[in-house]
This record gives sequence, C-alpha cells and structure tokens, in this order.
Amino acid sequence: MANSTVPRSGAEASTPVKTPVASGDAIVARKEQGSGRLSLRLRFRRDRVLILMTLPALLLVLVFNYLPILGNVVAFQDYDPYISDNGIVSILHSPFVGMENFQRIFEDAAFWNAVQNTLVLFIIQLVLFFPIPVLLALLINSVVRPRIRAVAQAVLYLPHFFSWVLVIAVFQQMFGGAGMLSQLLRQNGHDGLNIMTNPDTFAFLITAQSVWKDAGWGIIVFLAALASVPQDHYEAAAMDGAGRWRRMWHVTLPALRPVIALLLVLRVGDALTVGFEQILLQRDGVGTGAGEVLDTFVWWNGVRNQDFGYAAAAGLIKGVVSIGLVLAANKVAHLMGEQGVYKK
Amino acid sequence: MWEPSQDSEPVQQKAPHWWTAPERPAWEEEPSKAGLAGKGIALSFACLAVVFPLWIVIVTSLSSRKTIDEAGGLVMVPKGITFVAYRELLSGGQVTRATIVSLLVTLVGTVFSMAVSVLCAYGLSRSGSLAHRWILMTMLATMFFSAGLIPTYLLVQSLGLTDSYLALILPSALSIFNILVLRGFFMGISQELIDAARIDGAGDFRVLWQIVMPLSRAVLAVITLFYAVGYWSAWFNASLYLNDQDMMPLQNVMIQLVQKQEAPVGLGQAIRTGQLSGLAIQMAVMVMALLPVAILSPFVQKHFKKGMLTGAVKG
Repeated sequence: MANSTVPRSGAEASTPVKTPVASGDAIVARKEQGSGRLSLRLRFRRDRVLILMTLPALLLVLVFNYLPILGNVVAFQDYDPYISDNGIVSILHSPFVGMENFQRIFEDAAFWNAVQNTLVLFIIQLVLFFPIPVLLALLINSVVRPRIRAVAQAVLYLPHFFSWVLVIAVFQQMFGGAGMLSQLLRQNGHDGLNIMTNPDTFAFLITAQSVWKDAGWGIIVFLAALASVPQDHYEAAAMDGAGRWRRMWHVTLPALRPVIALLLVLRVGDALTVGFEQILLQRDGVGTGAGEVLDTFVWWNGVRNQDFGYAAAAGLIKGVVSIGLVLAANKVAHLMGEQGVYKK
Repeated sequence: MWEPSQDSEPVQQKAPHWWTAPERPAWEEEPSKAGLAGKGIALSFACLAVVFPLWIVIVTSLSSRKTIDEAGGLVMVPKGITFVAYRELLSGGQVTRATIVSLLVTLVGTVFSMAVSVLCAYGLSRSGSLAHRWILMTMLATMFFSAGLIPTYLLVQSLGLTDSYLALILPSALSIFNILVLRGFFMGISQELIDAARIDGAGDFRVLWQIVMPLSRAVLAVITLFYAVGYWSAWFNASLYLNDQDMMPLQNVMIQLVQKQEAPVGLGQAIRTGQLSGLAIQMAVMVMALLPVAILSPFVQKHFKKGMLTGAVKG
C-alpha cells in the first residue's frame, strides 16, 4: 500500500516526481488529444504519475471485483469446502458436475419461492416507495422560508445515514411484540400486536422501513431538478393565467419527468436486488415463506449450509439475469435520450 | 476562471428572521391560509415520523428502571435523567470493546478509502491523459455486475483475511460512485490553474495536495462522510469473516442485544435482579450507534446536493 497514503506536506510531495519540469514533459498540454502527434513514450513519461495514482484503486477493483468472477466455476462443481482451508485449492480439486446444480435449483420449490418473494417485494416497493420522494420534494420545494427548509431537510436526510441494524431495531421498538404500538394497545385493554414477525404484512413492513430510511434522501435529485427550472417559466405561466396547481402541472412536473423516468428505468434494472441486509436481518423472525429472497437464498445455501456449488449457481443465475436487466434498462434510458449510465 | 465554479457557494438569500419569507415575486398570488396549513401539517408529519421514534429511544435510554416499569416499557415523557445504562455499557466489557472496534475500523477504513479514492479520482481527472479511458472503463464496468456473494466469500477466505479486520476494510474499501463524484469535481478545476502550478515546478502529487484538494473541501467532506457512514454501519462482512465474538463491531453486538434480545455479556445478572433495565441497555446501544452519524451529517448537509450531482453529470 505504499502508494495509498497521501503525502503530508509539499516537501514530501515533490519527491516522487524526479523529472524536473524543465525537461519539457510537464509542459506538454494534456488537452491535446491528438495522440498521433505525441509518441506513446512521451505520453507515458508525461502521465506516468497519474497512472501510478490510479494503481491502488485499480488493484483493489481487480482483486475484489474481477478476480471473484472466476470463482463462479464452483457453480459447475460439486464443491467440497473441506478439501483445504484455501478456497482456491478446493476449487482446483473439486469435481465438475456440469449443469447438475442448475437442474437441482430449477426443481427446488424454495428457489421459486425466493424468486416470487423477490418480484413481489420489487413491485410493492416500486409502487409504494417511488412516488414518496417526488411528493416530498414538491412539498419541500414549495417551502420558501430557507431556515424551515434547511431544518426539514436535515431531519429527513438523517435516517439515510443509519445502519440497517439500527433502522430495524427502531422498528422493533415501535412495532415489535414489546414495542410502542403493542404497549399502547395493551394499556388500552387490547392484545399486543407483533408486526415484525407477521409474514402476511412483511412486504409492507420492508417497504415502510425503506421509506423511513431513504425516502428523505431520495428528494435530493428531485430538488436539484426543481432548482434548475428557470423562474421566468413560472412567471410566464402566471401571466397566461395559470394558478398554482396548473403551474405545478405544466411547469414543475415536466421538469421532473426526465429524472423520474431515468430513476424508474434504473430501478427496474436493479429489480432482483431488494434489500439484502435489511431482509437477511429479519429473515429468521418472519420465516423463509415470506422472508426469503434470491440474495438470502444464496447466503443460506452457501454460507450456512456449506452447499457452495448450489449457492453459487443460484447467485450466477441472479447475476446473469441482473446484467441483462441493467443493460436493457440502460438501453431504454439511452433511447429516452438520457445519459443514465453513470448515475447510481 | 481561477476558481472552479462549483466551489463558490451560491449567494444565499439573507432572510432577516427564520419565519420571514423572502419577498414574493409580483406575479405570484398570495398563498392561501388553507394551503399553508396543509403544507405545515404534511411537513410536520414527515419530520415527526423521523424524530418521534428517535425521541422514544433516547428518552428510554436515559430513564431509570423505575421510570421504565411505571411507563410499562417505553418512556415518552422523561422523568429524571440517569446515565446508568451508558455507564454500565462503557465501563469495559462487550459493548465498550465493540465500540472501540467500530471506531477504529471506521477511522482506519475511511482514511484508507479516501486516500485510494482521491488519488484514483485525480489520476483519472485530467482529460487526454494516457490510458485514463481504459482504467475508467474498467472501474465503471463494476457498477453493472457483481461477482456474487459465494465467489467473493471464497476469495476473501483464500486470501487469508478470515478473522482479520482487513476483511472489514479491503473488500468494501472502494465505492466507484464516490470515485466518480470526486473525479467529476476535480475535472471542474481549471486546467490553466494546474498548468500554471506545473510550470512553477509542482509535480502531480503536489498539485493534488496543494491546489486540487484545498479547492475541493466540500466534496471531500461529503465523500468522507459517505465512507465513514459505510464503515460505521457495516455488519455483514463481520458476520461472514469474523468468528471470534470478541472481535465483533458495534452493529453486530446490537443485533444480538436488540434483535435477539440477549443481555450484554456480564450484565445479565444485573438485569435479572432488577438493578438495570434491559430495555434501557438496548436503547443506549442504539443511541451509541446513531450518535456519531447524527452529529456529523448535518454539518455536511449543505454540500450533499453538490456532491451527489457533480459525479452524476460527468462521465
């Protein structure tokens, strides 16, 4: 990690660059893209420090994002974790079984249950979560007093920075068997109510948690879009006799439309990921009937059951379908004239 | 253009008092009383939905066993404040250790992530430089796929990171999104300024440290917060790669104490005999988990929008 620390002072900073500027390479402007003019060697001399700077990050990405792709071969193996403590050695010595893991998966009712739960959660989250940040942004945007606005934003952003463990703990204290709601019900002579372990309402519970945690944060993008609407559009609309609501409908909402469309498309591209940590934390409480999604299915079979080949196969299916969805979603984004690829 | 345009704060409208609205444009009609009331109620409701549960958690954590018993559990109205739960938790033992672990992992991890990310972002930010397109594409591509949980798990295990705190830092050290945000910001810094510094004899490291970074304080603050919150909130990698219960960070201990309703090691006796309230202990752990985040994030708040957008716009 020698390259990873930023030099603490200017004196240290100057040492890595041995070539003085006078030699000429630094003065070659990088703006000139005509690589034909400059030889590769000259460009390398000029830019080698920049390349050096990216190496630590590049190394991390190659090791932790690209290298594991090769590990997906266990999906085609009867992987035996007990051959060696070292996973790579185990992979080299485990027998290949072709598509056997995939066959087992497609015959496994638990897998299809997980697929179903994933899709149901995705749709419920899309319908119930998605409109809330838009509405909140419209609300905040209509508040003209800057202080109130700043305080409301500070409060609404806050839960985004809480961990899922904390969010679920808060929900448990509110809606669990010993939570606030049960306590109030009991004190008024009713039975307690444990929403946290009810499989029938689990999808809505998950959505409520997502809304509590991230709906406030979601308004940032919309607020930025709203801030970019020129004020004279509103003035012109008002001159033409449009009231508040008509101005919102004809000026404000059209300004949000590209952002909404883009976020929708990207969300669809990520459809199979429905909140892994959040659901894993509550999977045992609510049972696998409602609480098992694709990601937790992989975790359970691999990490807990040590059936690595099987779990990796399920993960691979999810991964391949996800890539397809992401690419398709981005294609749609491009067709809509949006530059969506770099947006998270 | 000696300063990047993003770095200069937009001129805020100076309101004389917080309830005084800025002047309404002549064409805008006066807001109706009902409209104002409706907005006020909606906004208050949204904010209360966030604040009310936190209030209960904080108040209960500061309540004595007696107050909690009288309230029948959670306390809404504080009756006297006691720090006994915090004192017990922080006087050594499981939660103290977990808090220290979390603080150290967050500190070391954030410094490491920031160093690697800032270097990489600057290295990729000078347009026309050799190979930067290729390196950028290599990184961007990872936003479209994930190698999968099982292969990653096997890799981390093979690298010998199991039962090491490196397993909590290295596999999740980089967020490509954060690097893009930093890079987008660095790209906005004028090339003339950098060229001038280079002609004066500064190398790339020096340009980054003495020119680019001081001009990017806002975005650096945002990204530091993002990374720090990521490390502070993480629990899954610890549950995967750490076997020793004594090594667990705070979030994992919170899962045991709150979700699984276990008593903290060493305090079970005091809770059973009624000296301590198990509920107050749970709440105190939750407050300890939320406190650093709740204190830090409002300071960085005014830069969020800027941070979120610079990275998104420029590829």
